[in-house]
Amino acid sequence: MKLNLRIWRQKGPNDRGSFKNYTVEANEHMSFLEMLDFLNEDLIVKGEEPVEFDSDCREGICGSCGMVIDGVAHGPWQGAATCQVHMRHYREGETITIEPFRAKGFPVIKDLVVDRSAFDRIMIAGGYISVNTGAPPDGNTIPIPQDKAERAMDFAACIGCGACVAACPNSSASLFTGAKIAQFALLPQGETERKRRARRMIDQMEKEGFGDCSNYAECEAVCPKEISIEAIARMRREYLKAVF
Amino acid sequence: MKLDSKIPAGPVNEKWDLHKNCIKLVSPANKRKYTIIIVGTGLAGASAAASLGELGYNVKAYFIHDTSRRAHSIAAQGGINAAKNYPNDGDTIWRLFVDTVKGGDFRAREANVYRLAQVSGAIIDQCVAQGVPFAREYGGLLANRSFGGAQVSRTFYARGQTGQQLLLGAYSAMMRQVDAGRVKLFPRREMLDLVVVNGKARGIITRNLINGDIEGHEAHAVLLCTGGYGNVYYLSTNAKNSNATAVWRCYKRGAAFSNPCFTQIHPTCIPQSGDYQSKLTLMSESLRNDGRVWAPKNKGDKRPPNEIPEDERDYYLERKYPSYGNLAPRDISSRSAKEVCDEGRGVGDTGFAVYLDFRDAIDRLGKEVIRQRYGNLFDMYQRITDENPYEVPMRIYPAVHYTMGGLWVDYNLMSTIPGLYVLGEANFSDHGANRLGASALMQGLADGYFVIPYTLGDYLASTELPKVATEDDAFNEATDNISQMTEKLLGINGDKTVLQFHRELGKIMWDNVGMARTKRSLELAIKQIKILREEFWQNLKLIGSDQELNKDLEYAGRLADYFELGELMAQDALLRKESCGGHFRKEYQTGDGEALRNDKEFAYVAAWEYKGEGKKPKLHKESLKFEAVKLAQRSYK
Ligand SMILES: Cc1cc2nc3c(=O)[nH]c(=O)nc-3n(C[C@H](O)[C@H](O)[C@H](O)COP(=O)(O)OP(=O)(O)OC[C@H]3O[C@@H](n4cnc5c(N)ncnc54)[C@H](O)[C@@H]3O)c2cc1C
Ligand code: FES
Repeated sequence: MKLNLRIWRQKGPNDRGSFKNYTVEANEHMSFLEMLDFLNEDLIVKGEEPVEFDSDCREGICGSCGMVIDGVAHGPWQGAATCQVHMRHYREGETITIEPFRAKGFPVIKDLVVDRSAFDRIMIAGGYISVNTGAPPDGNTIPIPQDKAERAMDFAACIGCGACVAACPNSSASLFTGAKIAQFALLPQGETERKRRARRMIDQMEKEGFGDCSNYAECEAVCPKEISIEAIARMRREYLKAVF
Repeated sequence: MKLDSKIPAGPVNEKWDLHKNCIKLVSPANKRKYTIIIVGTGLAGASAAASLGELGYNVKAYFIHDTSRRAHSIAAQGGINAAKNYPNDGDTIWRLFVDTVKGGDFRAREANVYRLAQVSGAIIDQCVAQGVPFAREYGGLLANRSFGGAQVSRTFYARGQTGQQLLLGAYSAMMRQVDAGRVKLFPRREMLDLVVVNGKARGIITRNLINGDIEGHEAHAVLLCTGGYGNVYYLSTNAKNSNATAVWRCYKRGAAFSNPCFTQIHPTCIPQSGDYQSKLTLMSESLRNDGRVWAPKNKGDKRPPNEIPEDERDYYLERKYPSYGNLAPRDISSRSAKEVCDEGRGVGDTGFAVYLDFRDAIDRLGKEVIRQRYGNLFDMYQRITDENPYEVPMRIYPAVHYTMGGLWVDYNLMSTIPGLYVLGEANFSDHGANRLGASALMQGLADGYFVIPYTLGDYLASTELPKVATEDDAFNEATDNISQMTEKLLGINGDKTVLQFHRELGKIMWDNVGMARTKRSLELAIKQIKILREEFWQNLKLIGSDQELNKDLEYAGRLADYFELGELMAQDALLRKESCGGHFRKEYQTGDGEALRNDKEFAYVAAWEYKGEGKKPKLHKESLKFEAVKLAQRSYK
């Protein structure tokens, strides 16, 4: 099937960037990224610069890929990262607009590649439990009720892709930060440092230029792991407990 | 080159403790004077960085990804083994050790494997303490499952995302050290060479993937944790950035490469659907706990699966291996699928697939139970294939998954270059000719959390390491080499893309150095690879410059290494005139088609030494002794 693509091209962080139009002869079994590979092959053979984008696992778990497809982070299929979108969802002759994740906290590096290192810095501020490698107690010393462990896992499933930020009108990183805080708040292991963790991670999030959460819930709608905004409510509770 | 495995004396179950007793220590005040470079921060690298940082070393970590949390380890689904015996089903350290030696078809070192089994329990404790949300029973205790052909339940898991959760655990422990100022991160850096000064590894050269800068970095020791090389086959379950460049360039600097031909083909992957395909997706092996594998009895039977009556189905694994059935080890299951398809009994459009059927399990347990166990995997399958596995059996086919081969290391994980250590999938050490399911995660974390923190100190405390600087000749020489290679790649100006070349190389490798190999196929591969490599250096087309983000240029450098590595794999396979584990030579099989090992001549680790461009590499042999586990033919009947 023949598709029209409007793709954001930007040579570097200081370039203004603009959309360019392409056509590609795709096949319905291709994944979205394979369609872009295919386009790039064509561009290279013609002597044009290929479109740069990040990807690695191509199965929705590493969080590398990420683009805004027709105005929606990761495209219009719920619970899927860009690499999990398949071309069978498109029709002959359709036009697809492809842009990078846009946010103050995620400067563009080139084309569709953005700098998400702010997420790492939020984690450095407190996204851990302070145990040294050595001889921790036996894994079964502290039982954790199954439903609690499962709930913690729901939040731990975050792949750090940044779609939540890209989708939020305020470019807030609350779902990302909240998911980690919520995971640890649900586990006995996270108890000791819960106040310090909430305070430091949230402070860092603000320092990175991410906005506040105004409950639009756009983040939850695009999250490839369908993480609930309950994470943000939990984060707020943790923060209040930490500062008062 | 002399191989000294440095296996400590004593009975196998006491070696590690005895060794630790006499290891030299670096005093706490001196640790911060040592700079350690870690390349790669998957499970092996991140766990090492965290542990060494905690001890007080000054750690610098380099990796290709924009953040460590994206390393390929993140994609591991099934689980991690540990001999905890929580289910009380008779597991012991000894049993895990024996299973791993046997599973590796007697081509791994007993001493290393024992140590791995010995520290396995502590890994779980460590991860729980870090907040890894492992699956739990209703009573709140950790859950276990049986996995990949084990007869006990010793696999710990976190839904279908075990690798993700373990990596995030190691990543968070490492981030804590970044916060403490003991670990410094260098993201989007690709190591392109090792710097050896006076015979010792003293630094690396990287390319900054954003602006193209070639940078030198010095250290007292270098830890390579760069993962496996399965992508030499083009299509594999590995992530797109997984590559062999770091290990290969170290090989060219004098690190021996071991058993390159030992690759694992995983039996349960979604079959290829077309030429445009960029990678293959693994369906977790846990599916074989309830799914039954079959193919039609008759050749060319094109009926939809549900219309094929019971007596015209061949549940070939259950038929051939009654005691293990659908849980037969990976190499055996993969080869059986290939045989069935080669006989013309394969299914699907291409004829290269067999069925994995849940009909009976759904009848027995109900759809809900199956959904609870495998829901996310079923969804993933449906998303990719547009077929509903609750109603139609899955189609699966084997795919390249893991590489047991890697850089040779001694018991301390040090390569043949002093000061260069190799951890995780990048080394050859623990899995012999075939890796058991859920053992790679265990090994990566064992190496990083529990082995290297001891063995590295021993080297530092006993070795004279004068100061080096990145202005030294050795650094300049390495930097120049890289600039020349880049220039050469960009200057070819041919008309074939990197991807086209990689697809062609992948096909040569898969057809000839894949699941079944012969003298003829291997010789053919060597010939064809040479021809393709020559064409690559004359007809490659790259766009853009080396002063910017240029993924095609990165890719081209990796492919250049795959050509050379692919040839060494074929040579290694050619020389190993026996069948063992994932290495199946058609000439060497038993009457009923099983792998026929030749322990008399081949119970050794092959270690290849680089002899220079265009020269034949030299084979060294480390003979393997089996004192604790008796050499025997594997039997899963
Ligand atoms: C789909 C899939 C599922 C799996 N499931 C399981 C499972 O259930 N259980 C199990 O035990 N095992 C499993 N495995 C195997 C296991 O995941 C891997 O063997 C293991 O995670 C490898 O870890 P590692 O730390 O050695 O390397 P990796 O995680 O591959 O990390 C490599 C690191 O090196 C960096 N790097 C590579 N080259 C360079 C370079 N030149 N310069 C700088 N940095 C570099 C990368 O950026 C990355 O940080 C699975 C594998 C696959 C493919
Ligand atoms: S490439 Fe890994 S999540 Fe898309």
